[in-house]
Amino acid sequence: MLHLIVFLVFGAICVAGAVNLLVQSHPINSALSLITVMGSLAVEYLLLGAEFVAVVQVIIYAGAIMVLFVFVIMLLNAGAEERTQGSRVAMILGVPGTLLGSLLSAWVLLQHSGTRAVHVGAMPGPPKEIAQLLFHDFLLPFEVTSILVLIAIMGAVVLAAHSESAPQPKKEG
Amino acid sequence: MVPLSYYLVLSGILFTCGVTGFLIKRNIITIFMSIELMLNGVNLSFVAFAAQWHTLSGQVFVFFVMVVAAAEAAVGLAIIIAVYRTCETLNVDQINLLKL
Repeated sequence: MLHLIVFLVFGAICVAGAVNLLVQSHPINSALSLITVMGSLAVEYLLLGAEFVAVVQVIIYAGAIMVLFVFVIMLLNAGAEERTQGSRVAMILGVPGTLLGSLLSAWVLLQHSGTRAVHVGAMPGPPKEIAQLLFHDFLLPFEVTSILVLIAIMGAVVLAAHSESAPQPKKEG
Repeated sequence: MVPLSYYLVLSGILFTCGVTGFLIKRNIITIFMSIELMLNGVNLSFVAFAAQWHTLSGQVFVFFVMVVAAAEAAVGLAIIIAVYRTCETLNVDQINLLKL
């Protein structure tokens, strides 16, 4: 019972943050509500017994990625977004469509996925077994992701660097 | 005890919020954040199914998804900085250099 209450409270915080991300017009407010979503998702992972994923969620998502987002928002001095004709069309078509989709998927899931309870702390293994999986069974994908991150670092530096030698695109008045 | 379907519904709600943000937002950074929201929703269902089937592979896959998301965020934000230098706007309606 207590677990259900904790799940519902943090699920409500999660959904509220996600809706707030949509409602806010300034990107920095959206970024802060996304951090709220990620923090409460970490609690949901803890409820499922996935301590490793919860810690990685806080460190990588709420830490590294969101710091990057906030840094870029501040670097580009992003203001509130302006509304145009196209955005109104997207709003009219998008909001009812996604509401319909989410209601449909929620109904199907509640009807057909069974209501077997997930025990709290249902995950079988301690972090030792995850390390065994990660560094033994999934060693090749792990090394491939390390190469991917290396390439991403170099790509980000190349893309974001000021190129003095390259010709700047002419602005037309 | 929390039923599995509750986790899946929460994950679906987060995913559809991400899709809605992707459709209705006009700031390129907020659109990018909506993509991260979608990835978070998918991660939740990965972990819920892993708990249901008593396997740890789901957690490892969530780890890989997070690493790919980090790489994607780094490259994507660098691209956003480059776009802002060229177009001097973050509104996706005004980034139309490819149009004739």
